[in-house]
Amino acid sequence: MLLTITYEGENTQELGFLLHKNPERAQQFELSFGKAYVFYPEVSEERTTVALLLDIDPLDLARGKAGSRDGGLFDYVNDRPYASTSFMSTAIARVFGTAISGRCDKRQELADTPLKLTACLYALRDGGNDTLAEELFQPLGYTVVTSRTQLDDAFPEWGLSPYIDLTISGTVKLSELLNHIYVLIPVFDRQKHYYSTEEEIQKLLAHGEGWLADHPSREKITRRYFFAKKGYAQKALDILLDEETPEEESGEKEETLQEQEEAQKEKEVHTPLNTLRLEAVKNAVLKSGATSVIDLGCGEGRLTSLLLNEPQIRKVAACDVSVSVLEKAAQRLKPDKMQTYRREKLTLMQASLTYRDKRFEGYDCACVVEVVEHIEPMRIPAFERVVFEFAAPRTVILTTPNKEYNVNYERMRENALRHGDHRFEWTREEFRKWTEHVCERFGYSCEISGIGDLDEKTGTPTQMGVFTKNGEI
Amino acid sequence: MERFKIEIPELCLVAMVGGTSSGKTSFAHRYFRPTEVLSSDFFRGMVCDDESSQNVSGDAFDLLYYAAEKRLKNGKLTVVDATNLQQSARKQVTELAKNQNVHAVAIVLNLPEEILQERNSARRDRNISPRVVHQHCVDVKRSIRNLRREGFRFIYVIESQDQAENTEIVRTRLWNDKRDEHGPFDIIGDIHGCCDELEILLEKLGYRKTEEGYVHPDGRKAAFLGDFCDRGARNGDVLRLVMDMVKAGNAIAVPGNHDVKLLKYLRGRKVALTHGLDRTAAEMEERGEDFRKEAAEFIDGLVSHYVLDDGKLVISHAGLKQEYIGRSSARVRDFCLYGETTGEMDSYGLPVRLDWASDYRGHGTVVYGHIAGREVRQLNETYCIDTGCVFGGKLTALRYPEREIVEVPALRQYYEPVRPLEEESDKDMGDMLTVGDFNKKLHIGTELIPAIDIPENNAAAALEIMSRFAADPHWLIYLPPTMSPCETSGLEEYLEHPLEAFAYYRSHGIRNVVCEKKHMGSRAVIVLCRTPDTALRRFGVADGTRGIIYTRTGRRFFDDAETESALLDRLDAALTGTGFWEDFQTDWVCLDTELMPWSEKAQGLLHSQYAPTGNAGLDGLSAAVKVLEKACERQNMTPEVDKITSGQNVDPVMLLQKYRAKKDDMERYVKAYREYCWTVKSIDDFRIAPFHILACEGRVFREEKHVWHMENIRRYITGADPVFLETPFLCVDTESEESVQKGVGWWLELTADGGEGMVVKPEFFTAKQDAKLLQPAVKCRGREYLRIIYGAEYLEPEHLNRLKVRSLSRKRNLALKEFSLGMESLERFAKGEPLYRVHECAFGVLALESEPVDPRL
Repeated sequence: MLLTITYEGENTQELGFLLHKNPERAQQFELSFGKAYVFYPEVSEERTTVALLLDIDPLDLARGKAGSRDGGLFDYVNDRPYASTSFMSTAIARVFGTAISGRCDKRQELADTPLKLTACLYALRDGGNDTLAEELFQPLGYTVVTSRTQLDDAFPEWGLSPYIDLTISGTVKLSELLNHIYVLIPVFDRQKHYYSTEEEIQKLLAHGEGWLADHPSREKITRRYFFAKKGYAQKALDILLDEETPEEESGEKEETLQEQEEAQKEKEVHTPLNTLRLEAVKNAVLKSGATSVIDLGCGEGRLTSLLLNEPQIRKVAACDVSVSVLEKAAQRLKPDKMQTYRREKLTLMQASLTYRDKRFEGYDCACVVEVVEHIEPMRIPAFERVVFEFAAPRTVILTTPNKEYNVNYERMRENALRHGDHRFEWTREEFRKWTEHVCERFGYSCEISGIGDLDEKTGTPTQMGVFTKNGEI
Repeated sequence: MERFKIEIPELCLVAMVGGTSSGKTSFAHRYFRPTEVLSSDFFRGMVCDDESSQNVSGDAFDLLYYAAEKRLKNGKLTVVDATNLQQSARKQVTELAKNQNVHAVAIVLNLPEEILQERNSARRDRNISPRVVHQHCVDVKRSIRNLRREGFRFIYVIESQDQAENTEIVRTRLWNDKRDEHGPFDIIGDIHGCCDELEILLEKLGYRKTEEGYVHPDGRKAAFLGDFCDRGARNGDVLRLVMDMVKAGNAIAVPGNHDVKLLKYLRGRKVALTHGLDRTAAEMEERGEDFRKEAAEFIDGLVSHYVLDDGKLVISHAGLKQEYIGRSSARVRDFCLYGETTGEMDSYGLPVRLDWASDYRGHGTVVYGHIAGREVRQLNETYCIDTGCVFGGKLTALRYPEREIVEVPALRQYYEPVRPLEEESDKDMGDMLTVGDFNKKLHIGTELIPAIDIPENNAAAALEIMSRFAADPHWLIYLPPTMSPCETSGLEEYLEHPLEAFAYYRSHGIRNVVCEKKHMGSRAVIVLCRTPDTALRRFGVADGTRGIIYTRTGRRFFDDAETESALLDRLDAALTGTGFWEDFQTDWVCLDTELMPWSEKAQGLLHSQYAPTGNAGLDGLSAAVKVLEKACERQNMTPEVDKITSGQNVDPVMLLQKYRAKKDDMERYVKAYREYCWTVKSIDDFRIAPFHILACEGRVFREEKHVWHMENIRRYITGADPVFLETPFLCVDTESEESVQKGVGWWLELTADGGEGMVVKPEFFTAKQDAKLLQPAVKCRGREYLRIIYGAEYLEPEHLNRLKVRSLSRKRNLALKEFSLGMESLERFAKGEPLYRVHECAFGVLALESEPVDPRL
């Protein structure tokens, strides 16, 4: 991990004073995650370059993290020692602490003067987002140059690298440059951040002082800076906005509103669909006259929670195959805090939809909401038998995405599926055919309807089938 | 004085009946084991610390009966030590006995009142008024009259203290208990008056007609499953033949529903002459009084089911649930005669049956008839051998213990069936796995390790993986075990080295080992049937495919069915071309293989991890080397490395060396992972290297030498089609220094350019040292290859020394368990055991794999 800063002009060796690092010596510093070296590859009257090189111990990094399972080796073989990450920010603050604060006892005037500076960062992970670097640095007055290689030149078909080398140059105070880099490096990297305390909010505000509040992408910067800690991002943003002057506020507010509207639009495509869907399923349950319901594939328990509030429903069983998801459902439903009546209404259990399960029997209605598309196609026959032959409730309510509707999602690639775990998605015709097959084989009849905005050509985003066992009303 | 004899069934529920101070508790403890006696006082004490508190009787009896129920469920005789003076109290006893299908027994202590009063007044521990004692005595006398009517099958009354002290309890076997009869048996299904076919069948089975009926020269016994009469042409003759054989001790028989109905008819009760009884009735009238009487007595004397051969065989007309085996009650008898029905009628007007066989998990084989099908139907250790002879099907016998089926086709159709005979496909009820077999702590018995325990949370993890990712469990007859590396090398520059692998086997008494090249691919198990029909018949896979390629976690290897079936077709072509199917007399095979390129299965890992690490590493390190070079070029600085504290001087030349080494490490790392990648444009670009022929029909090849596997793979699979790759191997004699050095040299050669390394295996597939199972294989991974596991820079001494501290014991323990489970599932499948038994092992492997283990091992 390497940062170089080049100062061009006259008497550029003075960079040594600004950084408090003698250009004639290479030095090393101990950091909690490894070592930092500072040295000058280039020193001359008109051009001086300093390098900050980090030496991170990959073993220390992995220490105490044995046993990650999926893919297995992330902790041991990864880009952390090499890519530019928040380690660099930490090192800058530690090694160039005085410089970043803008103080320089011997050359204060120089420290306060904008200089012609160029900084280079290597292997900065932007994940292929070509405009990010410009979006972040151009508003601060830098000329931005990036370069990107193939991921592996032996395999061009693997595409481009997710990393760029970044060169920014401009006429700025050294402390400004260091602060910009300090804040903006972690904005690139979305993989792993190594800080988690609220102190970080103060650090961000301190290093962002005087520029972050004016940055057009300040919300994005703040959000991404606190990638895994959404609450921190909001707190930091609140403070940032408070600090603004009234005049600026009005102008800024419009923009914010606009952004909010955009965010809202984005939400309308996703969140309300889920709400609409659950509402539709709940209504179908109530219409069927069921008093006991089993929620097969309950996920985090949203539907279950709706059903628990319906006086018509006396018994709800919520099942999921994933123990960790069930734990989340328990966190949402809080069975431990329920009063006896409500507690006895609810059963939470791990269950699989490809194994016959006697516990599924005896419910009036089964809900299978956005579940079938997560099952391997070769296991669908087993799923059919588990639900329609063995559990065989009077009513089965099943929803699944309508693949045709996907063209209405701008961000989706052609033929992509809506979720990484989907094994397939059905067109309306495919769904209808499947329901017919189920009805014929297991003695049900089915009514199909759509949920969500109706598009003339492609139908609704979600399709729902309400199966009723023949001979039962 | 002669002892008072109390005869009770081995398994029953005994109620002591007697007032306070009558000596129930002493009696119970005198004649029964302490654990057999459940005393109400004890349970009172348990719920409230006071054995005499009457306030907690309700809770105390709840507990007592809960315990009693558990005991009976486990087949243990139980004594209820309470007064049991009230009818309502005794009703709990008889109800429980009925529910558990055991007999209720009453032992009444009806001692003279004076003795009781005397004892009571002598007791200090509790104060019960004489009136109560008197009332109890009255209650006892009244109770005795009612016991029979209340449902106690055996009632014994003790009248004196002498008698109480001189009693003998005799525990008798139930009539259905013939565990000491070991056969061999020829079990014969529903005959329905088809005497011609029966005679042919008996001849075919080797029985000879003699004066006392049919006799087998080898002493085999026939076992008739009932329904001797009705519908057929020679009903009386069948009865005659069966009665003679049973009488002479050459056969045993259980009754069928038709026989019981015939008995009613013979006893003069009113029965509808339907379902073919009219024919039998007509014959009976011709046969005369004596025959009718003999037949009636014969049928009346039949026991509804038998438990034979140490419990390994159960026969009953309509089958038997696990919990009913060896029990005796009206419910059990009904089940034996009619099976379990819902009470509803189907569209043919016949009763709707519940499918008990799909839930059957017992170890004894249940052979039954009653439901006519075209073929014998086997499911979960149950066989239905009624093949509808009278409807024009055939008469079937199952030879036990051989489990061979012997059949005689019907000479004609004697009767039109009401509904068509059951087809094989009608019965796939039991073909579904039941979650109740898996969502709990598992205890799996295997041949190599007697008991493997799977904790419940691991089972839960396996259930999730199976449900979300695994292929159709019918195909998963084997999941490969994890493999441990060899011990950490003592050599300075190596983390792993073959010397340790050789030493491991040598020190465990294995002299000869085989080194096999570790291909740089992904583990793939291949199951292939000759035809989709074999897949359906043998594996129960009904989607028309005839094979599968799956990963070590049971996931289908290829998302697209075309690639899979194209590769399977090529494998079939290879096997067919070399005559494998004929030579191995099989129509399916299971192979353990390595499938290449690795990049095919590991795209995600490569794109998200390996390649980016290399890309970022080379980028960052090259830049670092460049600036360090510049720094060194303007070297007017003298190294001052003596003052090494933070912020102190460092020699840039040394740094340059260090970063050049890092860059070099990174280049080697990239080279190592690139070895694993090539672009697949067509089927021809795949490579499959089989290394075990695991199993085929009736055989699991786990006793063979590895060289046998290698040779047969060469002979039958590789060579002709370039997709199939031979695995280079080398035999090493671990006692010979020369041979060991040859092995080391071979490994160095294999791994010099980033090759993955080799696997060292004992000469024979399964190796033990004194009964203790040894690792079936250990891997020695190449020095360069390990960079993609331990990181590009792992060989730098500062890293390597730390990495050498690693523990293998957990990994090795898992490897042994998973190996045993893998072999066990193949054995079970090859033996034709039911799906849930095979699945249990595959499930167990996945569950063990959810254990956290250092993924670098």
